[in-house]
Amino acid sequence: MEILLASAVGILTAGGIYLILRQRTFPVILGLSILSYAVNLFLFATGRLALNQPPILSEHATGYTDPIPQALVLTAIVISFGMTAVVLMMALSAYLAARDDRIDMSDDKGEDA
Amino acid sequence: MSLFLIAALPFLGAVFPALLIRAGRNAASLSTGGVTLLALIGLLVNAPAVLRGEVVTARLDWLPDLGLNANFQLDGLGLLFATLILGIGLLIIAYARFYLSREDPMGQFYSYLLLFQGAMVGIVLCDNILLLLIFWELTSLSSFLLIGFWKHLPEGRQGARMALTVTGAGGLSMIGGMLILGHIAGSYDLSVILQHKDLIQASPLYAPALILILLGCFAKSAQFPFHFWLPHAMAAPTPVSAYLHSATMVKAGLFLMARMWPVLSGTDLWFYLVGSVGLITMVLGAVIALFKDDLKSLLAFSTVSHLGLITMLLGFGTEAAAVAAVFHIINHATFKASLFMNAGIIDHETHTRDIKLLGGLRHLMPLTFTLAGIAALSMAGIPPFNGFLSKEMMLEAAAHTDWAGVAWLVPALAVFGALFSVAYSLRYIAHVFLGKKRHDYPSHPHDPGPGLWLPPAILVALVVLIGLFPNVFATPIVTAAATAVTGHEVHFHPALWHGLTPALYMSIAAVLGGILLLLAYRGARAVWNNLPRPEAKAIFDAIIGAVTTLARGITQGLHNGSLTRYAAIFLVFTLAIGWYAFDSGVLGPQTHATLPITPMPLLGWFCLVGSALCVVAFHRNRLLSLVLIGVSGLMVSLTFSYLSAPDLALTQISVEVVTIILLLLALNFLPQDTPKESSPMRRTRDIAISVVAGLGMGGLIYAMMTRDFAMPSISEYHLANSYKGGGGHNVVNVTLVDFRGFDTFGEITVLGIAAIIIFAITEATLGSRVRARLLNRKPWKPLAGDAHPLMMVVATRVMMPIAFMVAAYIFFRGHNMPGGGFVAGLVAAIAVIMQYMASGFGWAAERQRLPYHGIIGMGVLVAAATGMGAWFNGKPFLTSDYGYIHLPYLEKFEVATAALFDLGVFLAVWGAVLLALQSLSRFAWQPGIASTHPMDINPEREDDDTNENEGH
Repeated sequence: MEILLASAVGILTAGGIYLILRQRTFPVILGLSILSYAVNLFLFATGRLALNQPPILSEHATGYTDPIPQALVLTAIVISFGMTAVVLMMALSAYLAARDDRIDMSDDKGEDA
Repeated sequence: MSLFLIAALPFLGAVFPALLIRAGRNAASLSTGGVTLLALIGLLVNAPAVLRGEVVTARLDWLPDLGLNANFQLDGLGLLFATLILGIGLLIIAYARFYLSREDPMGQFYSYLLLFQGAMVGIVLCDNILLLLIFWELTSLSSFLLIGFWKHLPEGRQGARMALTVTGAGGLSMIGGMLILGHIAGSYDLSVILQHKDLIQASPLYAPALILILLGCFAKSAQFPFHFWLPHAMAAPTPVSAYLHSATMVKAGLFLMARMWPVLSGTDLWFYLVGSVGLITMVLGAVIALFKDDLKSLLAFSTVSHLGLITMLLGFGTEAAAVAAVFHIINHATFKASLFMNAGIIDHETHTRDIKLLGGLRHLMPLTFTLAGIAALSMAGIPPFNGFLSKEMMLEAAAHTDWAGVAWLVPALAVFGALFSVAYSLRYIAHVFLGKKRHDYPSHPHDPGPGLWLPPAILVALVVLIGLFPNVFATPIVTAAATAVTGHEVHFHPALWHGLTPALYMSIAAVLGGILLLLAYRGARAVWNNLPRPEAKAIFDAIIGAVTTLARGITQGLHNGSLTRYAAIFLVFTLAIGWYAFDSGVLGPQTHATLPITPMPLLGWFCLVGSALCVVAFHRNRLLSLVLIGVSGLMVSLTFSYLSAPDLALTQISVEVVTIILLLLALNFLPQDTPKESSPMRRTRDIAISVVAGLGMGGLIYAMMTRDFAMPSISEYHLANSYKGGGGHNVVNVTLVDFRGFDTFGEITVLGIAAIIIFAITEATLGSRVRARLLNRKPWKPLAGDAHPLMMVVATRVMMPIAFMVAAYIFFRGHNMPGGGFVAGLVAAIAVIMQYMASGFGWAAERQRLPYHGIIGMGVLVAAATGMGAWFNGKPFLTSDYGYIHLPYLEKFEVATAALFDLGVFLAVWGAVLLALQSLSRFAWQPGIASTHPMDINPEREDDDTNENEGH
């Protein structure tokens, strides 16, 4: 199971970073979202994987998984929403004002054009 | 009065003039004066005890772990300086009321002045060097505001920048020196440091500490080679020059040297550094002052010279010299502040400060002449005024000092400096007031009203009284201050007549020489004009210019505006660091058993990885990639759910919904496709970076998951105490609202700020030309025939109360079961967003009565108030409490303050999500599209216009 999660984290990271390196705002925002999935899964997995052991105290529980990464990731999810929203608004208003959604400020098109 | 209050009063009082200026300039100046007077009275109440030799203290541990304590103490030196600061401050406040014109923003002026005053009082009263540094920097900042008070004058702005650069740089070096000093002494409390003279002077770090501290003092007190900023600071209004640049701020450096005198002085290094710099500054300042035509420049260089004199005396390191320094601090403050105010009067009346345009004013302004005459004679060191007494003591001290074995050098230079000092002082009288009356003054001068002459007159009275009766007016305070400086009992008996001492002959030589020099002024001036002399401002500007060019070169070389390039550089660098860490570390063997792979997770893995790869592959089609990313988010949520994290699953799925809606709304206004721009080479590079990063992240987490923790985890504590200490079964929720409540408090604040940023961006964008473009935009594809489908409207309205119900349920069970404020807030937000989507922005906005900003603010406040509630129980911020209550006919249920905190979280999340979405939907508003009657099935309504308008 661990190899599945680790490979998923790796693939999501790679995809997110590839999109972040694009030159238009929208793919970059999508890339940030995918990267936050990867990072959240990463943080979550630092608490090790456990099945059917939610950190909810009960008499019938056989054990509990690590609650701390979960608490951290929970706030991280909400904050990444805030971040996505702010970046999106910046991208949107920049596009509306400049009629261009390139993220590079250079005059020529792209870095190597 | 408590020392805390004395130090705090000016800061608190700074609010009054800013507010009361609306009630008039008198109200502003009276409130400023009132605050200062109160602080002064509070100070003088403590004076008898201090003069008896006691030290008044007030201590409060602030951050004891850092050695930063709010400790204040009042000894003789502090009393002397605080009295000068508050006393002269009071006179300056009165003077400024009549000096500033109607156009000057006087409320602002007084606020700045009080800030400065508070910072100065803080410096002289505090007993902790870290605290002192804070006040020290505050004086630099507030004096920047005051020097640049006339923002419209380029000289004012330049002078303010120069003063800030020089004194700020000095402050930085001072921080370094103080930290070293505190490190040597093992404490940052002055009273402790002052008892460790031997320890400090024996330390190998003594020299660096001393040099760094002295750099700060020299910069602040305008000592050579930093003397050039002071004359440029004269662009400030004259009350500021009189206050900051003669009586107080420039003396902060002297104060510190005097304060540190017991531990730092007495070594050769101290003598040669401080003594020589003071001597050079004294002579240089006096010579330049003689050849300045601007009255304030003359006084500024004379101030530089006198500050040099006091520095030199402190540098000598003998007790007699230190006493003379303390005495001269008082005398200089009295005659120089009154002379500055005098120059201000001349400027005010004649509209010029150029000596060449003046002369003969004694006929027109007899009162001003008298005051100027006494003060200037005191500055020249003529008996029977106070300047004579301290100058005599200075010459006496100089006569007994030999510099590197040369016995005549210091006395000769001291006489030389004093000679020029006599010459420029007399020039102030002779070339401004004496001579024939002229008829070409820029204005018609006459003596001003008492508001302007009374403050300098009070100081001039002191000049005379201290000169005539020094033992009555000066001895107690000088004795107390000098005792504080030297650290042991000092006997001080000044007198006008000491007999035929060497100092007397030196004094006579200086006076005669000065008079002769002034008589030969034309010739001296010609010599001076032909001397090559470096222009300090030009050098300073060249240095600043070179630094700016260098900084610009580096910045522009690195920042070419390409964000992708920055991101690529950042990523490659991060990967390199990661590789280095991995390469230089040791990877232990696998110790943690892995879980078996079963079909379900495998299927989920394919969905998650497949959708993410599809997003990348199809990212040019933006709508499609948005749908695909929704799949990824859903799979992440299911992953959490499968791996025993129900809270995360709930949060992820609700965040996913609002994020996708947000992105969809924005996509409405953005291009629908991403053009193909990158070259194959560039794509290859990006793929390489991402694949390496992915391998790194995946490998790292795999390694972590398959190995046991190196150290015991803190999670056990949370699991064990969740119920006992926090009263909840859901450990994640208890962690959020209780154990790590401070984090959560920060999180909701950040989220609220993010939402308000979004609102601000929206306001700015809609306030610009973009609005017209938005209003006239054409849809990029035909709109649906029915913008508000009946089924959807009805369904969402029916669902709304149910959704709120679910939110409430999730909220309340959160403490014990998966759920809580975050999830509940998101669910409640979705309930409202559904209304926006189904019934239209106009309809929903009309029914939204509470502003979302208010809800966010309320949430943060509720959370904060809950946290502060713990204070009333004597517990730290955010300590939670809980109990159980029984209500009749209901089961017993739990009441926890954490639930109230969670309510704050709920409100903040709810408000933030909705404010973000509402802001974005305001972009879409177009006349005619948004219907206030989305359900147009009401047969009673006649107007069908809205329906017809929809769909174009």
